[in-house]
Amino acid sequence: MTKRAARQVLFYAVLLGLWILIARLKIWPPYILPTPKGVWEALAAGFADHSFWIAIEVSMRRIAIGYGISVLLGVVLGLAIAGSKFLEDTLGGLLVSLQSLPSICWLPLAVLWFGLTEKAILFVVIMGSVLSVTIAMETGRQQMPRIYAMAGRNLGARGLKLFLYVLLPASLPYLVSGLKQGWAFAWRSLISGEMIFVSLGLGQLLMLGRDLNDMSQVVAVMLLIIAIGYLVDGLLFRTLERRLQEKWGLSPAA
Amino acid sequence: MTSPAQHPAIQRDLEDGSRSPLQVPNAAPALAPLPPKLSLRGISRNFRNSNQHDLLALERIDLQVRPGEFVCVVGPSGCGKSTLLHLIAGLAQPSAGTVLLDGRPVDGPDTGRILIFQDLGLFPWLTVIQNVEFGLRMAGVPKPERRFRSRNYLRLVHLGEFEDSYIHQLSGGMRQRVALARALATEPDVLLMDEPFAALDAQTRDLLHDELERIWRETGRTIIFVTHNVREAARLGDRVLLLTFRPGRVKREFTIDLPRPRHLEDVEVARTARDILDELRDEINKSREAEYRHDKTSR
Ligand SMILES: Nc1ncnc2c1ncn2[C@@H]1O[C@H](COP(=O)(O)OP(=O)(O)OP(=O)(O)O)[C@@H](O)[C@H]1O
Ligand SMILES: [Mg+2]
Repeated sequence: MTKRAARQVLFYAVLLGLWILIARLKIWPPYILPTPKGVWEALAAGFADHSFWIAIEVSMRRIAIGYGISVLLGVVLGLAIAGSKFLEDTLGGLLVSLQSLPSICWLPLAVLWFGLTEKAILFVVIMGSVLSVTIAMETGRQQMPRIYAMAGRNLGARGLKLFLYVLLPASLPYLVSGLKQGWAFAWRSLISGEMIFVSLGLGQLLMLGRDLNDMSQVVAVMLLIIAIGYLVDGLLFRTLERRLQEKWGLSPAA
Repeated sequence: MTSPAQHPAIQRDLEDGSRSPLQVPNAAPALAPLPPKLSLRGISRNFRNSNQHDLLALERIDLQVRPGEFVCVVGPSGCGKSTLLHLIAGLAQPSAGTVLLDGRPVDGPDTGRILIFQDLGLFPWLTVIQNVEFGLRMAGVPKPERRFRSRNYLRLVHLGEFEDSYIHQLSGGMRQRVALARALATEPDVLLMDEPFAALDAQTRDLLHDELERIWRETGRTIIFVTHNVREAARLGDRVLLLTFRPGRVKREFTIDLPRPRHLEDVEVARTARDILDELRDEINKSREAEYRHDKTSR
């Protein structure tokens, strides 16, 4: 652990050192290669004038709504497909083929349907992540040992209760990778969507930096996007995975 | 540990008037014969195998079980014992025939009939106590009460200190005891047990035999108990059914009217077990021959 941490610190220190060195050489103007100091100042200024906070808040709200809908929809769809041979043969196949479509391709369609609105961007986020959740839920429901559902029914769990207290927790080990992948897709779709049409949010901030030829801001916002993605992954999904391992006794590799 | 009389969960049953006619089944022979608690009429069950052959697991089983009776079922591996319990539990449907409970056909699972699965089916996402109280939770029993009741049953199976463990942290025998506590906690009329003590050491098993016998006598539950251990069957049962191998039929019934409480080491129990075993051995040999024939044909 400490060895790993030491390596990482060293790696990033060297990276930063190189960056400072190259920036010092002034081979490229700052609008091509920003200095670390410039990026730092852009970050500080962005937070000081609240523009970063606002962008973060707007983007986080969108992802929460979009991803939340995706998860609900994906779980319901996945269960439905797993429970019906007909849906599996029809809708199941369609969903798998749709997965090869980058979600940003839905944007033109969404804009025509919803106009340049919040709904259009949510649509793109949902289309980006719902498939991963659906497919994971479907395989989870199919691969989960039959005995859990039987034991649950035997002990009086029916309908919604059976679903909430037995089927859902029993499929969580299968579902978690889909949830994680869905989150990653949702986050990417959101930023791409925000970059393409003016709408506050982190994506727009990125484009604003470009329009102003302000490379420092561009890099600062990029760092922000990476940091948020990393944080959510670490806080949400690592915790979920750790708790699953504790309860089920799964090895970390499984 | 706690003595029977101090046991709150058991006491409640004693005080519960609705169960009173069934409470001491053995002490009521003078009453008019009760209608059967459970009756199986011409039960058959077949499975479609992977190679498209129909496998007749159970054939025309007829069985009447009195309220409060303790019936043991023995038979060679693969003769359909688990299948029979699944049918009674309502978790599977017979291919022919009906299962009647209190005279009404069974068409699905019900918390009045709890099955302890051969594979247990404990929930790995719940702690031990959460597993035990699951049935009560589904029934809407408020948390303090269901905790209290579940704890009593956990103590009964000597797992009081493990209530917050997860299932994967327990040994095989401990898991069997959790499954027993989980089934008892819902206080079902009919308890269906599929080799519940197979993974226990001898001492724990003896203790649990005593506890099970005591609970059965005090609550008047009807128990159907599958085992491959004929000694255990003779130790516990009022009646032992011997199933044949493929198709599963009732080959013979042994009525065991040895006085209770019994012990596994009792001479009489041992003798009865020997009688049952003699018959069982034929069936086990048949199942071996079937395997052997299969080996030859598939080669
Ligand atoms: N779901 C199923 N699909 C196909 N065949 C099945 C199924 N369940 C049971 N069988 C078959 O039915 C027969 C009886 O199985 P069952 O599990 O009831 O046996 P058992 O008497 O409980 O055996 P054991 O003592 O080994 O537990 C077996 O030959 C088995 O292969
Ligand atoms: Mg079995």
